[in-house]
Amino acid sequence: MLNRHQELQKAESVISVPNISINDLSVRYRTKGSALTALEHISLDIPRNSFVSIVGPSGCGKTTLLKVLSGVLRPSSGEVKFDSKSLAEADLSGKIGYVFQRPLLLPWRTAIENVVLTLEVAKKHLGREERLAEARKWLELVGLAGFEDRLPNELSGGMQQRVSLSRALAFRPPILMMDEPFAALDEITRETMQEELLRLWSITESSVIFITHSISEAVLLSERIVVMSARPGKVDEIIDVPFARPRGEELRGSAAFTELVQYIRHKLRESKPVGAN
Amino acid sequence: MWLRYLSRVSGQIGVFVAFFLAWEALVDIFKIKPVILPAPSVIFLTIGKHWAYLMQHTWPTFLAIGGGFLFAAIAGFIIAVGIAYSRWISELTYPFLVSAQVLPKIALAPLFLIWFGFGLTPKVVIAALIAFFPIVINTARGLQSVEVELIQYMRSLGAGWREIFFKISLPWSLPYVMASFKIAITLAVVGAVVGEFVASDRGLGYVISYANISLDTELMFAGIFVLSALGVLFFLAVVLFEWMVLSWQAAIETTPETM
Repeated sequence: MLNRHQELQKAESVISVPNISINDLSVRYRTKGSALTALEHISLDIPRNSFVSIVGPSGCGKTTLLKVLSGVLRPSSGEVKFDSKSLAEADLSGKIGYVFQRPLLLPWRTAIENVVLTLEVAKKHLGREERLAEARKWLELVGLAGFEDRLPNELSGGMQQRVSLSRALAFRPPILMMDEPFAALDEITRETMQEELLRLWSITESSVIFITHSISEAVLLSERIVVMSARPGKVDEIIDVPFARPRGEELRGSAAFTELVQYIRHKLRESKPVGAN
Repeated sequence: MWLRYLSRVSGQIGVFVAFFLAWEALVDIFKIKPVILPAPSVIFLTIGKHWAYLMQHTWPTFLAIGGGFLFAAIAGFIIAVGIAYSRWISELTYPFLVSAQVLPKIALAPLFLIWFGFGLTPKVVIAALIAFFPIVINTARGLQSVEVELIQYMRSLGAGWREIFFKISLPWSLPYVMASFKIAITLAVVGAVVGEFVASDRGLGYVISYANISLDTELMFAGIFVLSALGVLFFLAVVLFEWMVLSWQAAIETTPETM
C-alpha cells in the first residue's frame, strides 16, 4: 500500500491545486416580477488541499454555490478566484471531479468502462491500455477489485457509489466536488464510505468541497465547516475543526466530537426562519 | 436455464398448433365450405401448390416493407435529433407531427398513387409514412431523457457535443429507439400491403385482393399466411438487431439478483 501511496503522491504533485477564494458573492434569480436571492454576500476561503464541508437547511443555496464554483452558473455580483485567476480565466474543464447523490453511471458500461469513460474524455493522451490500467487501479483503491466487469445494475448502491467515486478520482482532478454523495446509502455503508474517502483524500491532495445534510459527517470529514442559513443563503459561521487525523471510529464516540455536532445543530436550528418547519 | 427456455418455446409453439388444430376441427365438424373458410391443411397445400407464384409476389412486398422501414428509420431519427436538441424545431414541428399522427395515413394511399405512379414508390412511401411517427416520437423522448447531470458532468471534463452524443445520448436513447423500431416494422407491413391493395399488379397485397375478387378464398388465405410469415421474419430481424445492440440490457434482465 505504501508503494502505491508514494507512487500516487509523485503523480499528484505535478498537478497544482489552487487556493479558492470567494469574495462577497451573491446570486439572484429573477423570476416573474420578484427577485429571488439564492446567495447573499458569501465570503469563504478554500485553501489548497483542504476538505471543506457546507452544511445548512434545504434551500440555503449549497448546490447553487457548487454550480457557481464549477462555472455552470454566473454570479450576480462578487467574485471567485482560483489562485489569482478569475472564474472566467481559470480553465476548469477537466479539473473538477464530481460525485453526486446518485451514482449516475452508464448502465451499458461495466464498472471499469465507466471509469475509463472519464479518462477517455479528460486524459486524451493516454492509450487504451493505460486507461484500463489506471481505471483498474482506482477501482482497487475503492475496494472493488474483482468487480471490474460487472454492470452497474449488478452492483449494490454502495458499490455503485464507489464506482462513481473512483470515476471522479481517476483523472486526478485538483478539486473534488461532492453533493451529498452518501445521502442515499445506509448507515453502515455510509460510515465505511466516509472512512474510505478520508483515506483516498489523504493520498490524492485534492481540495474537497463537500455538501451534506449530516452534521456528524461534516465534523468527521472536514477541516473547515461552512454553516449556512437559508433564504437568502448566507454564511452563518465558518468553523475550523480541530481534530487530528487520521480520524476514525474513536473520534465518533468522543465527547469533543459530540459537543461540536451539538453546537452546529444548535446553530442550524437558530437560523431557521420563524414558521418554517 | 436452457431447459426453462426450451419449455417456454415449446409452449409457445404449442399454442400455434392448438389454434390450427381447433380451426381444422371446426371446419371439419361444421362442414364449412372452403370458399368461406378453408381448413389450415388446405391452406398449407395451396401454399405448396402456388409456391413459385407466391414467392414471386413476396419479393416486391419485401422491398416495400424493408424500404419503407429504412426510410422511416433514417428520416425519423434525423428529425428526432432535431426535435431533441432544438427547442425551436421541437416547438415548430410538434403540433404538425401530432396532427399528422391523428390523420389516418392509409387514407392518403390513393393520392400517392396519383403522385408516384403504379410501381414500388407509392408503397414504400406509405409504409415509410406510417412507420415514421413512432420512431420520431420515441427517439426524441429517448434523447431527451438523458440525465442532465450526466451531460453537465461530461462537459465539465471538457467533452464536446460529438463525444457527448455518441458516448452518452445515443446509447442512452437506444432502448427507446429499438422499442419504436418494433412498432414501426409492423406498421410498415400494414402500409406496404395497403399500398398494394389500392393499386398494384404485384406483391402479396395484390395476390390477396386478386384472390378475393375471383372468390379464390384458399389462395387468399395462402397469401395472408405468407404475408404473416414475412411480417414475423421482419419483426424477428428487428429483435435480433435489438439484441445485438442492447446486449447489456439482456444481461440486466437475466441477472438472477442484484446484491
